[in-house]
Amino acid sequence: MTVTDVAPSEPEAPSSPSRVGGGLLDPKQLLRSTPDALRKLDPRTLWRNPVMFIVEIGAAFTTVLAIADPSVFAWLITVWLWLTVVFANLAEAVAEGRGKAQAASLRAAKKDAMARRLTGWAEGKAADAYTEETVAATELKTDDIVVVEAGQIIPGDGDVIEGIASVDESAITGESAPVIREAGGDRSAVTGGTRVLSDRIVVRITQRPGESFIDRMIALVEGANRQKTPNEIALNILLAALTIIFLLAAVTLQPLAIFSKEFQAAAPDTPAINGSGVSGIVLISLLVCLIPTTIGALLSAIGIAGMDRLVQRNVLAVSGRAVEAAGDVNTLLLDKTGTITLGNRQASEFLPVDGVAAEDLAKAAQLSSLADETPEGRSIVVLAKTRYGLRAREDGFMPHATFVAFTAETRMSGIDLSENGSTRHIRKGAASAVMKWVRDNGGHPTTDVGPAVDAISSTGGTPLVVAERVGTEPARALGVIHLKDVVKQGMKERFNEMRLMGIRTVMITGDNPLTAKAIAGEAGVDDFLAEAKPEDKLALIRKEQEGGRLVAMTGDGTNDAPALAQADVGVSMNTGTSAAKEAGNMVDLDSDPTKLIEIVEIGKQLLITRGALTTFSIANDIAKYFAIIPAMFAAVYPSLDRLNIMRLASPESAITSAVIFNALIIIALIPLALRGVRYRPSSASKLLSRNLLLYGVGGIIAPFVGIKLIDLLIQFIPGIS
Amino acid sequence: MSTTAAGVIFILVLVAALVAVYRPFGDYMYRVVSAKTHSRFERGIYRLVGVNPDGEQRWGVYARSVLAFSAVSILFLYLVLRVNWALFGPAQDFPGVTDHIAWNTAVSFVTNTNWQAYSGESTMTYLSQMAGLAVQNFVSAAVGIAVVVALVRGFARRRTSELGTSAQLASRTLGNFWVDLTRITVRVLLPIAVLGTIVLIIGGAIQNFTDYHTFTTVAGGEQTITGGPMASQEVIKELGTNGGGFANVNSAHPFENPTTWTNLIEIFLLLCIPFSLPRVFGRMVGDNRQGYAVVAIMGILAIASISLTNAFELAGNGTVPQAVGAAMEGKEVRFGLSNSATFTAATTLTSTGAVNSFHDSYTALGGMMPIVNMMLGEVAPGGVGSGLYGLLVLAVITVFVAGLMVGRTPEYIGKKIGSREIKFASLYFLTTPVLVLVGTATAFATGNNSTALNVGPHGLSEVLYAFTSASNNNGSAFAGITVNTPWWDTALGLCMLLGRFLPLIFVLGLAGALARQKPVPASEARCPRTGRCLSAWSSA
Repeated sequence: MTVTDVAPSEPEAPSSPSRVGGGLLDPKQLLRSTPDALRKLDPRTLWRNPVMFIVEIGAAFTTVLAIADPSVFAWLITVWLWLTVVFANLAEAVAEGRGKAQAASLRAAKKDAMARRLTGWAEGKAADAYTEETVAATELKTDDIVVVEAGQIIPGDGDVIEGIASVDESAITGESAPVIREAGGDRSAVTGGTRVLSDRIVVRITQRPGESFIDRMIALVEGANRQKTPNEIALNILLAALTIIFLLAAVTLQPLAIFSKEFQAAAPDTPAINGSGVSGIVLISLLVCLIPTTIGALLSAIGIAGMDRLVQRNVLAVSGRAVEAAGDVNTLLLDKTGTITLGNRQASEFLPVDGVAAEDLAKAAQLSSLADETPEGRSIVVLAKTRYGLRAREDGFMPHATFVAFTAETRMSGIDLSENGSTRHIRKGAASAVMKWVRDNGGHPTTDVGPAVDAISSTGGTPLVVAERVGTEPARALGVIHLKDVVKQGMKERFNEMRLMGIRTVMITGDNPLTAKAIAGEAGVDDFLAEAKPEDKLALIRKEQEGGRLVAMTGDGTNDAPALAQADVGVSMNTGTSAAKEAGNMVDLDSDPTKLIEIVEIGKQLLITRGALTTFSIANDIAKYFAIIPAMFAAVYPSLDRLNIMRLASPESAITSAVIFNALIIIALIPLALRGVRYRPSSASKLLSRNLLLYGVGGIIAPFVGIKLIDLLIQFIPGIS
Repeated sequence: MSTTAAGVIFILVLVAALVAVYRPFGDYMYRVVSAKTHSRFERGIYRLVGVNPDGEQRWGVYARSVLAFSAVSILFLYLVLRVNWALFGPAQDFPGVTDHIAWNTAVSFVTNTNWQAYSGESTMTYLSQMAGLAVQNFVSAAVGIAVVVALVRGFARRRTSELGTSAQLASRTLGNFWVDLTRITVRVLLPIAVLGTIVLIIGGAIQNFTDYHTFTTVAGGEQTITGGPMASQEVIKELGTNGGGFANVNSAHPFENPTTWTNLIEIFLLLCIPFSLPRVFGRMVGDNRQGYAVVAIMGILAIASISLTNAFELAGNGTVPQAVGAAMEGKEVRFGLSNSATFTAATTLTSTGAVNSFHDSYTALGGMMPIVNMMLGEVAPGGVGSGLYGLLVLAVITVFVAGLMVGRTPEYIGKKIGSREIKFASLYFLTTPVLVLVGTATAFATGNNSTALNVGPHGLSEVLYAFTSASNNNGSAFAGITVNTPWWDTALGLCMLLGRFLPLIFVLGLAGALARQKPVPASEARCPRTGRCLSAWSSA
């Protein structure tokens, strides 16, 4: 089977679920992306990034100056200014490069499949009533009907309208276990490019040509139609304003420099300043060092990498805007089943009544559940085995047993065993139904059952009563099985973290309020919505949004679609219906509802990375003043030499060191931009202090050290010192 | 008592007085700007001007009202100055003010700058002073307060419902400029001015319409002693952070500011509204802690600046101060070093620009402080209204970056800081640096710096100071530079005009952008509005 993995084949080890990790930067990637980075020097594309565009103009200008009046200093500055721009482009190219690799493997999945289109097909029609033709998959239109059989590739996105099949969806999910797709219900959606492994299904195509799920995935990971997110736009405006101020400062410095030089006519000319003012190269160096190049260079890479981190977790976001909104979410709506609790209720306890031995109850309960293939039934068998060492017997060993299946009418299931001529009937089910059965069969309801049932109900559990009748004796109740919703491990801690981040969690469940309350308490969510119908969900979202909150939710069914569309972040499960996938703004290919929490963390991490690097970039300026200002003016105003606290070797080496540092810091921060800053959920003030200390204070200190170190090296270059 | 101890006590008394009035005065101003009813006198004014006092304005209309009012003000003041009619008072026969000085002065007073390219007592008649300049001292201050109130309404107002067009319409509005202007003038500025005048007269400031007296001094020279309604002019000059002195030497004149006590009162007057406005802000947004946070930042910056200015002057670096024992050049003996330094810091921390000593004669570092104060954007506490709106714009920028650092779309007092808000905030803080830099560079490039008294770095500072003062609407002069040439009057006039009204439009635009938002619920993860958060950024 030629299936390519979209996601990294080894799933990210969730060593610490509370931390958002990220992909590592492969040094080879830098090299591979260099041609792309050079291509991005084209001013027609670069002007979109005003900060780097200014640097490029500066670099071009110094090139002219260096050609006109060559010197080691001039060429050094020129080369490093160009490198600054290339490094910035490199950051973006590397970020995009990862998406491109993923897109390539997706394209491989999108083979030139052929489709068997049916004309005149209708449900239940005989095979000779319609015709079949083979066409290219790309020719399929919406509402075409196709048939797919075992071994064939599904030609396009659609809904199964007849049949049931196991489908290998590893091409898009990376998960090799096949999934079942069947007509009707919530598991009817199939994705083009996936392969039917068994059986035969008839599919109605729902996509428009060229807009299949895989097509959209390719566009997304490639960032083909990447638009700037609202925060990115706002930050760009701020950076542009800062750039304008520094641009003006650099330009208007010239008349003041000329005035100062005239006043101190005796001061010697230096490469930095002479009678006609500050040299162009030094002025441009000053400008480039002061404008926020670090964040300007990394801003788009941060955004692309944020999307990429989601893709690595098998989540596809329709837009960067959705990722950003995820970071802003105030309220999380979480479905109880599958998200907060394990998929199903599990037996946790056997409570015998009327002096029945606990082991006898367990035995009876196990017998009655042998044929019960529901997860609840299996959990009873398992509990009896683990608690009382009772071995589950296989069906085949009990030829004399008759299983009574559960029906909605009787609300019981059980087994009839023929042993030594008499028949033993065991029944298990809802309390009222089983007690009625006991009464109907001559038994006397015991007073023990009622309190046990009530106790279980009040803690949010589900009671199942077990009763038996041997031969013609009156029926009697044996005891109660406690079925319990099992809250996933670690959920309480996660919800605590959410609370720290200021996010309210609301559990959505179809259970009655009593049960819901108990589970909500155990899981530690802030609120719950019991007996929830889809329209209640929608109403809740509207209510939250009315108060200005952003709401995130997951869903998979068609009836979730309105709520998914209304929510600010709607994550639909890949196993869900096409309607749900259309309505949401993210798709989780793993169909893991818990992932919503990770998505929120990635969104936050994206914003924090931007803020931290902006702070770092601006804090960097302080050291550069100390490097460049004395270098420029110490010749004219000797007392300004006191500002040269780094004791840099010469004006030329000081300016060159600042420019080199400015360029190298971009490269040094690319991994951070791609990975995102470390994020651990904690209160806002803690986060702020930590990031201010790390990126604010660190941003002040780092360039002092860096510039000094570079200066120590380059002062030996002839012509600099 | 040592000079230092006296200076410290002076500052402590000042701080205590400002702390004492913060709540009552702030609460009073809050009631004024949010009152529902109009007094009979005010209704009369509204009828006269022809405005509906209950009509609300969106930001564009509010801004147009401000601009229209100011344009008419400039025109009116220009005419008053050109005529310079001496209706009453002394028979001083002053000619009409020359065109470029009249233009410069009209702009200067309407923009609350009060840069003076003329010498008051030898240029202006009493009528021009009172009916021309003093009127603008009142209303230009009221305009500043009105605009900040409109901005705070942008923060405070919530678009409550999608339904009901009237509710939606109302919440996009920022109040009514004409009502704000009238109320602030009538209910806040006028009563305090009347009270303050009486206090200053008691303190020894003069208030009369007498003729100028010419004496022959003991040494045989001739000296003219001016008269005039100085106390009443002086009060609103400080209260409205205007700074345009009656006399050329401003608050260094013994008739304007006779004693240490009047000096203290004048500094208190120029600080009291800017320092109490944060209370209004806190009350309006329904969270007094927001007001305390803002006033704390203002206070910390102000105390730091006042202390440094004092320290630099008391240290008296420089050849001459060292030789004579103190940096007393350009300072009044009756105030001394410290009380002059405190006045200087206060006048440049606000947008007042009144002086009781000559900044040009300060020690090198002491002279740097007023420039630093003004370049900080005059936000600690800044001019009446303009200081608070400057600080709130700064807060918007700060909260934006800090908010990103805690992983949320930044929000401030329940309003999201998006690209629209950042656009207006960025334009706001772009304006002044552009004006200062372009102005200073142009002066040097065109050789107009030659009117500076000094050459070399000192001359550079004089030119830079002039543009910084004008663009920030401060109006204080470093002195030592001749600015009554047509070039300087025009250039500085333009700086004052653009430096006042561009930021003002951007502030109102920001207010409009904020007002139309739905509120964001208060959440734990909101950027904690602590001083640490803000001061870390405001310095950046």
